[in-house]
Amino acid sequence: MPTLTPIEAVDAAIAEEMRRDSTVLMFGEGTATKRHALLEEFGARRIRNTPLAEGIIAGTAVGAAGCGLRPVIDLLFAPFLCYAMDELVNSAGKLRYLSGGQFSFPLVTLAMTGGGWGVGAQHNHNNEAWFVHSPGLKVVMPSTPADFKGLLKTAIRDDNPVLFFMDIGLLYQPGEVPDGEHLVPLGQAAVRRRGGDVTLIAYGKTVHACAQAAETLAGEGIAAEVIDLRTLKPLDTVTIVDSVRKTGRLVVAHEANRLCGVGAEIAALVAEQAFAALRAPIVRLGGPDAPAASSYPLEQACAPSAEAIAAAARRLMRA
Amino acid sequence: MTRPASENELPQLYEQMLLIRAYEEKIVEASAAGKVPGTCTSVGQEAAAVGVVNALGGADLILTNHRSAAHLIARGADPGRLLAEVMGRSAGYCQGKSGSLHISVKELGVVLTSTIVGAELSLATGVALAQGMLGKPGIVVCFFGDGAACEGAFHESLNLASVWNLPILYVCENNQWQAFVHRRETMRRDHVADWAVPYDIPARTVDGNNVEAVLAAARAAAAEVRASGRPFLLETYTYRSRGHFEPDDQAYVDPAERAAWAARDPIAACRDRLLATGRLTASQDAALADKVQSRIAVALAFAEASPYPALSEMTTDVYA
Ligand SMILES: Cc1ncc(C[n+]2csc(CCOP(=O)(O)OP(=O)(O)O)c2C)c(N)n1
Repeated sequence: MPTLTPIEAVDAAIAEEMRRDSTVLMFGEGTATKRHALLEEFGARRIRNTPLAEGIIAGTAVGAAGCGLRPVIDLLFAPFLCYAMDELVNSAGKLRYLSGGQFSFPLVTLAMTGGGWGVGAQHNHNNEAWFVHSPGLKVVMPSTPADFKGLLKTAIRDDNPVLFFMDIGLLYQPGEVPDGEHLVPLGQAAVRRRGGDVTLIAYGKTVHACAQAAETLAGEGIAAEVIDLRTLKPLDTVTIVDSVRKTGRLVVAHEANRLCGVGAEIAALVAEQAFAALRAPIVRLGGPDAPAASSYPLEQACAPSAEAIAAAARRLMRA
Repeated sequence: MTRPASENELPQLYEQMLLIRAYEEKIVEASAAGKVPGTCTSVGQEAAAVGVVNALGGADLILTNHRSAAHLIARGADPGRLLAEVMGRSAGYCQGKSGSLHISVKELGVVLTSTIVGAELSLATGVALAQGMLGKPGIVVCFFGDGAACEGAFHESLNLASVWNLPILYVCENNQWQAFVHRRETMRRDHVADWAVPYDIPARTVDGNNVEAVLAAARAAAAEVRASGRPFLLETYTYRSRGHFEPDDQAYVDPAERAAWAARDPIAACRDRLLATGRLTASQDAALADKVQSRIAVALAFAEASPYPALSEMTTDVYA
């Protein structure tokens, strides 16, 4: 199996899908400059630089998607999605429904998110839950290079608008990616580690913090099950509920603000569907209700650490 | 009302430009060594910043963006506190929470700095509205790039400022680049000044690499804003000599373009004029270079000695 960074995996996915389907095209601020190999292979009609204008980039993509193309757009950093909010939420997410199903919007929006670069809250804002809350959109956030590729390929083939969040902290960490046609279905979580004592649920780089916590816990005789959501919408409720029914204990962790975050939805789901199995209260670990600081120690402190996750699991075992 | 740069002004402008360049070059060096985070430097654009800022009065308010060091230093910001901010230290102007990209210094009238491209243009209308309604003196100066002019916010801002008669001096620093895209690829015309016309806003383009020309044009423009109470757009035509963000190999930049602009370096040009007219001697020039270098060395030492903010700062200043 070749080893790729997520950045390379993303380009590989786009290239394969562009070869396969001539309606796939990509544009964004610096897309043609930065993705040189794609420009070389597919030419300036299908790999385009745009003006610096997220609203019109997204609007153009929605229009194109509604009328026969499959655009992939790069809006760079997740906070810049705010300029494109109207086009993504009000147009891409609603016009299929409002038109009685006459249109579909096969469109993928890439955005980087999360701490790691010390760029501050106007570049680092884990706002993925906003899009989970908006009807008509799908939301993906991978944690491994293989999933970056497999989920992106599936997202490009999906007939719905997909928000594809890329955790900055992972982008340059290489990992194995299966050769050839590697597709990962949307809406299917991955169980990264099996265990019967406590369920740890996360996505993006927090999955790795959970895996590390599980390793520590194993040394203490606690068997943690680690679930990587991969897709936040549609959410794989079956995998979540089945795991908690088995372990009776749940820690859900993400870097995004805890308040109204994805963890809140999961906690509610488990309370509704697996309440009887719970042996201890659900724990949610997440970022504070504060913008992400640029200053390194403050930025790092926003994300749930492996130690915090392990400590939460231990507390649940004693409860 | 409008004065050209006087005899004794030019050496001061020159020294400010030297200080800015020394500051930026220190960051380039220290970030390459991994000691300081990379920044969007203003190298090559010093004259545009120094010329405009020196044309303003103390009551005027400035909005800037991610590429702010030249504006801030020209306005009198302390390089030590700026560096501390870039390094995320508690002695920084924003307690280290900003880093390099959104440095506001309210005490200097540099307000609401944002790195969302176009945000400064949205906010400037409100700043000018508040100034007027609160009866405060001072016009509002909004620095933005040619890239920002492509955001809808630019057009919405100019339209509203014109309709509401807001005293805003829009200063477009047309440095030819919009991150990794040349403005040729994103705009049909060479000049953002042309885009002010349909909004009934007077506009002018000036050689942004000639500090005296910028100062004179900015004085005239500011005087017009003060007299009319209406917006004006001044475009400083200049060049981003380094990459978008440090480090950046600029592999995407045409070497001929870089060379042509390097030959028009604003600091070298100013030095040549000062030396040729006898307003500066070679030894005075060398002394100035030493002076700014030692100021920057002190600044870096100050920043390095400043602690990181305490973790308890993570959730302070979120709400008023
Ligand atoms: C809304 C938004 N989109 C994209 C970016 C990323 N970005 C930061 S600066 C920049 C280029 C800005 O170009 P310009 O306005 O010409 O200013 P310059 O950097 O040349 O000074 C880009 C694309 C951003 N910060 N905000």
